[in-house]
Amino acid sequence: MERSTLNLLVGIFVLLGFFAFLVLAFKVGNLSAGGSGQTYTLVANFDNIGQLKERAPVRSAGVLVGRVKSVRFDPVHYTAEVRMAIDTQFKFPKDTSASVLTSGILGEQYIGLEAGGDDQMLKDGDQIKLVQGAVVLERLIGQFLFNKAQDSSAAKGAQK
Amino acid sequence: MVLESTLRNIRLVGDGTLKIVERIGATVVFLGLTLTQSATSFRRFDLVIREIFYAGVQSLIIIMVSGLFVGMVLGLQGRETLQNYGSEQSVGVLVALSLVRELGPVVAALLFASRAGSAITAEIGLMKATEQLSAMEMMAINPMARVVAPRFWGGVISMPLLAMLFSAMGIIGGFLVAVVLIGVDDGAFWSQMQAAVDFRHDIANGIIKSLVFGIAVSAIATFEGYEASPTAEGVYGATTRTVVS
Amino acid sequence: MPDLGSRHVSVVSVTNLVEITELNFGYGSRLVLKGINLTVRKGSLVAIMGLSGCGKTTLLRLIGGQLQAHEGSVMVAGQHLNNMSQSDLYALRRRLGMMFQFGALFTDLSVYDNVAFQMHEHTSLSESVIRDLTLMKLNAVGLRGVQSLMPSELSGGMARRVALARATALDPELILYDEPFAGLDPISLGVIGQLIRRLNDALGATSILVTHDVQESLKIVDYVYFVSEGVIVAQGTPEQIRASTLPFVHQFIWGEADGPMPFHYPAKTMANDLGLREV
Repeated sequence: MERSTLNLLVGIFVLLGFFAFLVLAFKVGNLSAGGSGQTYTLVANFDNIGQLKERAPVRSAGVLVGRVKSVRFDPVHYTAEVRMAIDTQFKFPKDTSASVLTSGILGEQYIGLEAGGDDQMLKDGDQIKLVQGAVVLERLIGQFLFNKAQDSSAAKGAQK
Repeated sequence: MVLESTLRNIRLVGDGTLKIVERIGATVVFLGLTLTQSATSFRRFDLVIREIFYAGVQSLIIIMVSGLFVGMVLGLQGRETLQNYGSEQSVGVLVALSLVRELGPVVAALLFASRAGSAITAEIGLMKATEQLSAMEMMAINPMARVVAPRFWGGVISMPLLAMLFSAMGIIGGFLVAVVLIGVDDGAFWSQMQAAVDFRHDIANGIIKSLVFGIAVSAIATFEGYEASPTAEGVYGATTRTVVS
Repeated sequence: MPDLGSRHVSVVSVTNLVEITELNFGYGSRLVLKGINLTVRKGSLVAIMGLSGCGKTTLLRLIGGQLQAHEGSVMVAGQHLNNMSQSDLYALRRRLGMMFQFGALFTDLSVYDNVAFQMHEHTSLSESVIRDLTLMKLNAVGLRGVQSLMPSELSGGMARRVALARATALDPELILYDEPFAGLDPISLGVIGQLIRRLNDALGATSILVTHDVQESLKIVDYVYFVSEGVIVAQGTPEQIRASTLPFVHQFIWGEADGPMPFHYPAKTMANDLGLREV
């Protein structure tokens, strides 16, 4: 085969491969949404995180702003210490609250950030003080039944 | 005696294990030797370009067609199952993740081994059988540097490109079936995929995986060819071993 | 007179380009070559003859340094091949040309690239010089017209001639031929024989020829060694060999079916194998 044809075909092949890479990176993956890719870390301690896992999304007002970097049990406070990698382009006030939420009834769990009104912004490594853990379904149902029982006994007491 | 036959069987297992370990060791040594003789390949890159043509460009069609069909099947079957849970929009996630993380590198490597790997083995084996390698050595040219290393690097460079093409074609196939044919929502298909697929964790890892497979397949293919006994049966056996291992 | 030392003999003073003394070689425990003594004078064309499997190809590989002698020494151009380093061996091989049994042309390169191969690999000559040299080499074997063909498109005789052009591409001092006549028609045979002689004289080279084709090689060579079962059994000029009364040489040259090399492989008596009992 002619040398120049060979080079041309190999060139086309390499360009195709590169194009596939771009498709994967930007159309399939989240490289375009990731922006600069620079992140800073926020820490939050929850009493219960439910099914939250590493790399779960962190959303604010429903928009993806970061991901859970690590989940660790804190043996001093007996809580779950969650570290989040937040995109540097998003800054949150000091009194932002974090809660473990569920998308849909059976969907994946994520962390929702709700911004407060403080002038000071959270910096790398800061702790979020206002937290709300995951709602555990069993506990919720138990609470519901307990309340019902209390209501009915209270009603009975009132009848007497 | 029962004891005796048991002992003999255990010995057979031990013997087989030792042979396998020996073969792996020899392949690794051969890989090291190839790396030390790779200077020529990079000084004269046209040698490698030639091999990229034979290993990569000629595997292009089979890789792209297989990728397309695998993606189509994933799209069809994935939607059928996900429909039961009312989340058929997630079919994009399913197709993309299974392709990028696992199927892309693995299936592309399998196809590559049977298409290009066996060709490399057969070519080097035949060069040995027809004394071309000896002739080269008699011309004071190391066949490791002139024959083996360019083929090795051609394979290593081609493999990740082929795996990415496989994944991309598969996702297009999944898109064609799920969105164009069945009518899953277009926007949801892509946006859920983008939310679930992480560049570093999924795509970059997949590429690294395919690179490792590329090194393994190329090393095995060149090794089997170089070590093949110089007869037609020897080359045939070596070619089979390349695809199998 | 200053002592030059035996290790650094200058090339010019060497009259014997190849010297083999008391060589023993075997694969595993089986000895293939036993006590070989052989010398090849500079400028001569020497044939090593023998039956298939007598060890003559092994001998050629020992001279080319592809195999190492177990005992005894092999000297080529004044250098001992035993325990030579890879780089020294490669340096020596640049002065060697070898033609393999079936040519061993590189099947993925054209005829032109095959002949130009060593020039491309070993020299920094410009492309136009390489082109001229390659065409000259191809012209010498009469095949300038097939330069753009692939080896698979050549006949056996033409492939052998191209291999000859390739072996002589860098004007080697010593050319080794492994069965150059095997599987050729009579015309190609004559052509190759003439070319071997002509190239040897034109290049001022020395050639060693391993073959079992007696008639063709006796026409062109200066000296013959006969090898049988790993031992040199006879040697001499073609005339001496032709006139030889040694039974083995006589059988070999005239191609007789029975003689010192028996027609029958050693076996029990026929009657025994057929199960006949002596009456």
